[in-house]
Amino acid sequence: MSSDRGKETATRTEYLKAYRVMLTARVLEEKLSSLYRAGHIKGGVFLGRGQEALSVSVGINLRKGDIYAPLIRDQAGRMAFGDTALDTLRTYLGSQLGSMRGRDGNIHRGRPREGYYAMISHLGAMIPVVTGALMARRFRGESGVVGATCIGDGGTSTGAFHEGLNAAAVEKLPLVMVVANNQYAYSTPNDRQYACADLLDKAIGYGVAGHEVDGTDLGACLEVLGKAVAAARSGGGPQLVVGRLLRLVGHGEHDDASYVDPALKAAHVGRDCLKVAEEFIVASGWATPEEIGSWRVEAKSEIDVTAAKVLREPAPDPNEEEWTAVSDTRLQDNFAA
Amino acid sequence: MITYLDAIRSAMDEALGRDPRVFLYGQDIGAFGGAFKATKGLATKYPGRVMDAPLSEDAIVGIAIGAAIEGMRPIVEMQFADFSTCGFNQIVNHAATLFYRTEVPCPIVVRLPSGGGPGGGPFHSQSMEGLYAQYPGLVVMTPGTVEDAYSMLLDAVTLDDPVIFCEHKFLYNHLRAEELPKETTPIGKARIVRHGRDVTVATYSAMVHESLAAADELREDGYQVEVVDLRTVKPLDTDTVLASVARTGRLLCVSESFPWGGVSAEVIARVTSEGFGLLDAPPQRLSAKDTPVPYHPNLWSSHRPTANAIASALRRLLEM
Repeated sequence: MSSDRGKETATRTEYLKAYRVMLTARVLEEKLSSLYRAGHIKGGVFLGRGQEALSVSVGINLRKGDIYAPLIRDQAGRMAFGDTALDTLRTYLGSQLGSMRGRDGNIHRGRPREGYYAMISHLGAMIPVVTGALMARRFRGESGVVGATCIGDGGTSTGAFHEGLNAAAVEKLPLVMVVANNQYAYSTPNDRQYACADLLDKAIGYGVAGHEVDGTDLGACLEVLGKAVAAARSGGGPQLVVGRLLRLVGHGEHDDASYVDPALKAAHVGRDCLKVAEEFIVASGWATPEEIGSWRVEAKSEIDVTAAKVLREPAPDPNEEEWTAVSDTRLQDNFAA
Repeated sequence: MITYLDAIRSAMDEALGRDPRVFLYGQDIGAFGGAFKATKGLATKYPGRVMDAPLSEDAIVGIAIGAAIEGMRPIVEMQFADFSTCGFNQIVNHAATLFYRTEVPCPIVVRLPSGGGPGGGPFHSQSMEGLYAQYPGLVVMTPGTVEDAYSMLLDAVTLDDPVIFCEHKFLYNHLRAEELPKETTPIGKARIVRHGRDVTVATYSAMVHESLAAADELREDGYQVEVVDLRTVKPLDTDTVLASVARTGRLLCVSESFPWGGVSAEVIARVTSEGFGLLDAPPQRLSAKDTPVPYHPNLWSSHRPTANAIASALRRLLEM
């Protein structure tokens, strides 16, 4: 088991690329929050504020042909893997043109044919699914493929987490299992969630490699995820990555998160990874605060234009909906009754 | 002679042989050949494609879903239908919703060794077809003959949708046929297995045979009982049942599952709402009792409908 914290050795190009994705994800989520407050979004809005560094580091280390099953707080990772502000807004706003066509919403979106899986709400469920996808790739003789999926501290308590990670370990598949230990599962603190000293301890129990990382530090996240993905890709079997950070928003935008311990907010774990990255960029002389400010303005203006466009798009029409849940045409006549 | 279990094994053998996308995954199904020997010899014949799984029903189904998204056609075995409750989430929330949500089909087959036998008890005897049929997106097959066990399992593998394949354990070795069928009945079509003019029995799986025995018994009283084997409970071939009821005017639905809701309730609801005018008497149903499936053979054989119980129910219905 390696201890990989702290070192900021990612190259300038990669760091800045990752930062720009984080920034876009942050700005997009701010837009989602205001659309929610304005009553434009039906259902919940679930944000990843504070988790962008860890999340983006997963998506950015994957490549075309890999499999990615993100979770609720992975807007940054999703965008690094190729998801767009356009499809995010379409799915949240229920546009008929979105990938889920109004049939599912918010973070339950994906394009499975492109290796970008659409999560179901039940936590841990995507772990065996990615494991099965990797098994299929192995059947087809493909090597060098990685499947990554994410979970929170709460999700590690599910049976699906246990069964999925164990099965992946038995099959020695290239699964990268990323745990964002954000200290709370909705309102439940970690001392009501698990009794082991550290979630990283689970790695040895499952017989998989374990990596820990400071989730507030983009450079560390890039480095550790880079190592974990490379290890999985080169035949090292499942990799468990545990990032320590704090969820800087409520569970959803309906939740004021008043239960979060102020001491955690003030501690190292409570740092905002986006601000930490900005300070690092400026201190390294890679960009000035003014340049960073202009990047934010640029991202905001693009997202505002996209949101305005999506708000004018058609909603799904129940009279044109096919109302069939089966795909095989041999069955559809029978089901129509 | 070919048993119902042989037919299931032959179907998997043929599916593995003709389609490289097919693989089998489940507990003890590899070298051991499965708890009921449904996969006996297949691991040797198809190296690497018949795989033992950990005791993880959720992961077994989840793995099948992921493999299906990537273009494979997995057949997974639940050791007993009862244990599929541990994989229920993946079946009903993931496999069943995938196509509707994402336009990506989910061609998996989940084999459920179903139904009771003497001594099985509460956790090795359940019939779960009604539960799964409730969920949009699932196909639920309940073969009651050797021929159907074979051809329907082959059909299930070719379907692009998730199939819950309820194979009856009691029929595994009891039921025999001369040969495997060369032709198949279309997916989702019921079959009239015995023609009669006085009363219709709509049933499926092992209850087809109890119903046929009851029909024999009633023939001695001069009644001609028509028996409809539903074959697939979802989709449900209401037309064939309605056409039969149009001839007989009376309907009894027989199922081995628990009495609340379920397939028999659905058949009666449909016949009553779509064919009320065809009925000469209130439609009746006979199910298992509303308790867990008991262990002792004396209790078990009274818990499920038997030929005698079906014959009694038919006599009551014919006198109405």
